[in-house]
Amino acid sequence: MISFFLNDQPIHTTEPAASALLDFVRYHEHLMGTKIGCREGDCGACTVLVGELVEADQRIAYQSMTSCLTPLGNVHGKHVVTVEGINQGSGQLTPVQQAIVDHNGAQCGFCTVGFVMSLTGHSLASTPATEQNTRAAIDGNICRCTGYKSLERAAAALTATLAERPSTDKVKWLQERHFVPAYFEEMPARLATLRAKIAVSEAPAAAASGSQVATGSVVSTSPHGHFQSQNGHDSNSFPHATHPLLSGGTDLLVQRLDELRQQPVRLLFDQNDRRGVHQVAGRVVLGAATTASQLLESEVMRGLLPRLPAYLKLVSSTPIRNMGTVAGNFVNASPIGDLTILFLALGADVTLQNVAGESRSLPLAELYLGYKKLAKAAEEQVTKISFPAPQVGDLFNFEKVSKRTHLDIASVNTAAWLRLENGLIVAARLSAGGVGPVPLLLARTSEYLVGRELSAETVAGANEVMQAEISPISDVRGTAAYKRLLLRQLLFAHFLRFVPEMTLAELI
Amino acid sequence: MNHLDPQRHVRGESQYLDDVPVQQGTLYAAVYESPLAHGVLKSLDLRAAQKAPGVVRILTAADIPGRNQIGGIVPDEPLLAEGHVHFRGQPVALVLARTEAQAHAALKLIAADIEPLPIITDPRQAAAQGELIVPPRTFRIGDSGAAFAGCAHVFEGVAESGGQEHLYIETQAAYAFPTELGGVKIISSTQGPTAVQRHCAVVLGIGMHQIEVDVTRLGGGFGGKEDQATPWGCLAALGAYVTKKPVKLVLDRMADMRMTGKRHPYSSDFKIGLSADLKILAYEVTYYQNAGASADLSPAVLERTLFHTTNAYCIPHVTATANSCRTNLPPNTAFRGFGGPQGMFVIESAITKAAEELGVLPSDIQRRNLLREGDLFPYRQPAEMCHAEQAWDTAAELFDLAGERAKIASFNAKNRLFKKGLALMPICFGISFTKTFMNQTRALVHIYTDGSVGISTGAVEMGQGVNTKIAQVAARTLGISISRIKIETTNTTRVANTSPSAASATADLNGKATEMACQALRERLLRHASTEFSVEYEGIAIENEQVLAAGIPAETTWEKLVSSAFVRRVALTENAHYATPGVHFDAGTESGHPFAYHVYGTALTTATVDCLRGTYTIDSVRIAHDFGQSFSPAIDRGQIEGGAVQGIGWMTLEEVSYNDEGRLLSNSLNSYKIPDLYSVPAVLDVHFLDTPGHPNAILRAKAVGEPPLMYGIGAYFALRAAIQAFRPGVALPLMAPMTPERVLGGLYPEVVAVEQVRVAS
Repeated sequence: MISFFLNDQPIHTTEPAASALLDFVRYHEHLMGTKIGCREGDCGACTVLVGELVEADQRIAYQSMTSCLTPLGNVHGKHVVTVEGINQGSGQLTPVQQAIVDHNGAQCGFCTVGFVMSLTGHSLASTPATEQNTRAAIDGNICRCTGYKSLERAAAALTATLAERPSTDKVKWLQERHFVPAYFEEMPARLATLRAKIAVSEAPAAAASGSQVATGSVVSTSPHGHFQSQNGHDSNSFPHATHPLLSGGTDLLVQRLDELRQQPVRLLFDQNDRRGVHQVAGRVVLGAATTASQLLESEVMRGLLPRLPAYLKLVSSTPIRNMGTVAGNFVNASPIGDLTILFLALGADVTLQNVAGESRSLPLAELYLGYKKLAKAAEEQVTKISFPAPQVGDLFNFEKVSKRTHLDIASVNTAAWLRLENGLIVAARLSAGGVGPVPLLLARTSEYLVGRELSAETVAGANEVMQAEISPISDVRGTAAYKRLLLRQLLFAHFLRFVPEMTLAELI
Repeated sequence: MNHLDPQRHVRGESQYLDDVPVQQGTLYAAVYESPLAHGVLKSLDLRAAQKAPGVVRILTAADIPGRNQIGGIVPDEPLLAEGHVHFRGQPVALVLARTEAQAHAALKLIAADIEPLPIITDPRQAAAQGELIVPPRTFRIGDSGAAFAGCAHVFEGVAESGGQEHLYIETQAAYAFPTELGGVKIISSTQGPTAVQRHCAVVLGIGMHQIEVDVTRLGGGFGGKEDQATPWGCLAALGAYVTKKPVKLVLDRMADMRMTGKRHPYSSDFKIGLSADLKILAYEVTYYQNAGASADLSPAVLERTLFHTTNAYCIPHVTATANSCRTNLPPNTAFRGFGGPQGMFVIESAITKAAEELGVLPSDIQRRNLLREGDLFPYRQPAEMCHAEQAWDTAAELFDLAGERAKIASFNAKNRLFKKGLALMPICFGISFTKTFMNQTRALVHIYTDGSVGISTGAVEMGQGVNTKIAQVAARTLGISISRIKIETTNTTRVANTSPSAASATADLNGKATEMACQALRERLLRHASTEFSVEYEGIAIENEQVLAAGIPAETTWEKLVSSAFVRRVALTENAHYATPGVHFDAGTESGHPFAYHVYGTALTTATVDCLRGTYTIDSVRIAHDFGQSFSPAIDRGQIEGGAVQGIGWMTLEEVSYNDEGRLLSNSLNSYKIPDLYSVPAVLDVHFLDTPGHPNAILRAKAVGEPPLMYGIGAYFALRAAIQAFRPGVALPLMAPMTPERVLGGLYPEVVAVEQVRVAS
């Protein structure tokens, strides 16, 4: 049984855990304001808000998510808000809606609700309401018509309004100004009650399964093609070790929705001990289900990598960063996974745990055996990621080039970490994606760098080694020749970041 | 957009096709598509699929009661493949099942036995093999052959522009219901309700009167639903007709991308001749249009390329030949600009090539050759009420062209790894359907006894704001508040025999018809008022819902006037027919007066290239545009901004790619990128030129749909200029889109060339 609030209504459903929240909202609950555009998280037309209790259940933190890729099981115990849940009963527009109308930000209207939800999520968030942050809130929403300029003007107007927003009692303030309806104020208490009930009902089951909630014995389908449990309860449906693991859903619901919603899954997203970033002695330890957004918010990470916000701005979009997890990026095994490339250069290890509860660790680079082939049994799950904390004076940089700068998959990405002593490189890790069947830690190139100076000569030599270490192929993200040239350029970019005054003959 | 549509949009209350409540008993359709791009369809094994859970029926060409034909211009397109398959993604069979998931699951159980035939994806190869959709057409003025002899400079080259996926966020869909009279009612997401109706009637073998097509609004169209909504409407109708059950067909995104055509890629040869003082004397061009597997709208798109072959320039000697080439790709189709952008890209390429060779600025050639009043286009319509120079000069002055150039020169001198470039893009776009007969429509206006007004026209609302404009026209003409007016759905039983909402002409045509109907109603009501209230007919008017006699409020309001007219049995309904006056074209001589008027404008675009990474930003696009007398400036500005951004997308990051087997590689939103919030220019200014508009334009407000798309071409040439600032004199192919890959290849041409050899060997 999956229980949550959809707007102001409690929901208890036996729909499969891996079915898409979008389908539930549209075809089960017939809330048609949330639109289907692409079903792969790339357009934002299906954006909804998902809120969970924080701060000792006193407050709900809302995040925008694309409901097409949100496994229904991942909203268990949470508050899901669609446009119907923020519309004022009086027909009056919310300030977000009014700003879009005032600035003519809606043309065909199909994408509009997605923008409304993203901006409403931003209004509810604790992120400061700067113009940059307001724009970032809608960076996952595509408007083909395209009213971006009008929407930017609407966003600017909204930023001005939100400048007055207090840091405490935010919901009350927003409610008084009709950003959200009155019921929002009661939601933390209602959600806490719901969660308490869930805890009672699930206590024995959770202990037995060793995993958090997951449901979904599939038996028949509803008239709209969405699976419904025949018997209305979920006995015997707890997943076993053989059942697929599902985390944020941002890859698996694109690739395997039809298959996954027909079987129980082991949900990983909401395991609290699998979230968060901590520094322990000289190592940084991340829970496997830490999302890209949580990385970005982590003071530990930002302290160690001051340019992390700039890197992560190049990685997917706000709603996808709210959903996609670091471990999910690793095990998806895309040769071009952005976070994978970043963590390869950080020298990350992953900890895997089998069903018996036994753990083992291996270097991230050794997780990849071949294209989409992992040194991990299907039943093993990543529980932890750790890497040695970079020291003061270490150099780090991440580069990514894609056809579209933002919300796109890289043609080539790369990260570099160097440690220097007395002007010489004493340790180096260079990673690159899109230039081989797996995300690559360029061991030979890294090795080449050790013992050398930060000089143009070193860079040129490293490029020679690197070109022999990679094997790009031509595909929709570029020709092999382009990827080779591009990686050379990005290698140069790393060193120009480290030594801005360096003169590279190839660039003249 | 109805005038209240934005309020509904932001509340998620606007109803699109997939939001229509589902009727009980509805069957869900899924389309089985050809897995090969060309071949003989020897057999189809449906046995396993027929037995799959929930499957009710699988339809093939053999089940079509009428003719298996949906070609709009040329009858060369079957609804379901028969005998042969001609492109990958071509509909072969239609699965009808109780649920959508069951219908899709059954697709995997169908097997087709197809004997492969050679596949052509390249238009020049198709032309070489005589695979032309229609005979080539040539527009000719003067004698270009002879004129080259008198030119001081002659340059030749090749220009190529790529396809463009429409990517309307609402995918193609239709929902059909059997009617009690043996016909079908279809809710369709189409720009052309009559096209859906006509082809359904042919396919089902029944009269058009038996088919009702209804459209509320589209979640984007951009030309992609002009002709290509028809197959899905017909397939749903076929299913409903055969099974006597409602049938719903919604394409998922990847199916939509695989199965539907896009903007036509063009490959073109040009030759341009200039005098010593940079007057363009002669221009020859041969276009190879990649039409895909059947005609669709390609011949009409091809024709518009010819109409815009010289863009905003006067060239006395022109020979332009256009080939529509049949390839094994999905039939390419209308896309905002409709062949115009492809033609304009070539002339701009020719001018740029000439400028680069001569060491002058492209703008030196562009400005000197702009159209002036009375100049003849190659099809011999004169430029009338011409604003080409006004637009250019206003842009140059207002946006400080000289200052921009100086700033860019100084930036480029100071920066090694970042370079800026600038380009001007003048446009001249003809407004009207180039098939003269299509320039007609009707409006049906009802005034109800309470004074509220319902209006039906042939216009389809797809975000362009046409319904708001029609409501504004009606409110102004009747002298009443816009809040009294409702724009009805577009429905073939209320307004018949319509042209699609296309060619930028929808607001003009349907607005004019509405104006005529409302004028007739107003006159009738005022005649009634003069009798009823004994006032002089001369000088009587309705303003702000008040009846005025010689400017003084009479004893009656709109509501009283309407109700008294009804009691006196005055007709409160009017049906008006509008046909654009003065347009004609003779395809025999390729000359005439095909356009009601032209729209002018100039964009100044600047771009910055990161010469290390090959990435770039389009920094600013500043546009001086000829709106005429805009009465919906907010909507019109939105059209200009949106069109320009779409054009930038076409010219920069949108890259449709197929492999040699005719398989679409850019087959989802993760591999086909359209502009996002961050890729839009930081500065996008639109200046409303002071122009009088045109009497053929609705309330003298000129059409705004397509013209702005072509401002995007400036982005290509601005990037090109920036690359050349880094590598002066580099030989860059004239090939769009200018993706980061092409930019980097331009910045480091020797490396890419070397690497390609290495990879090949």
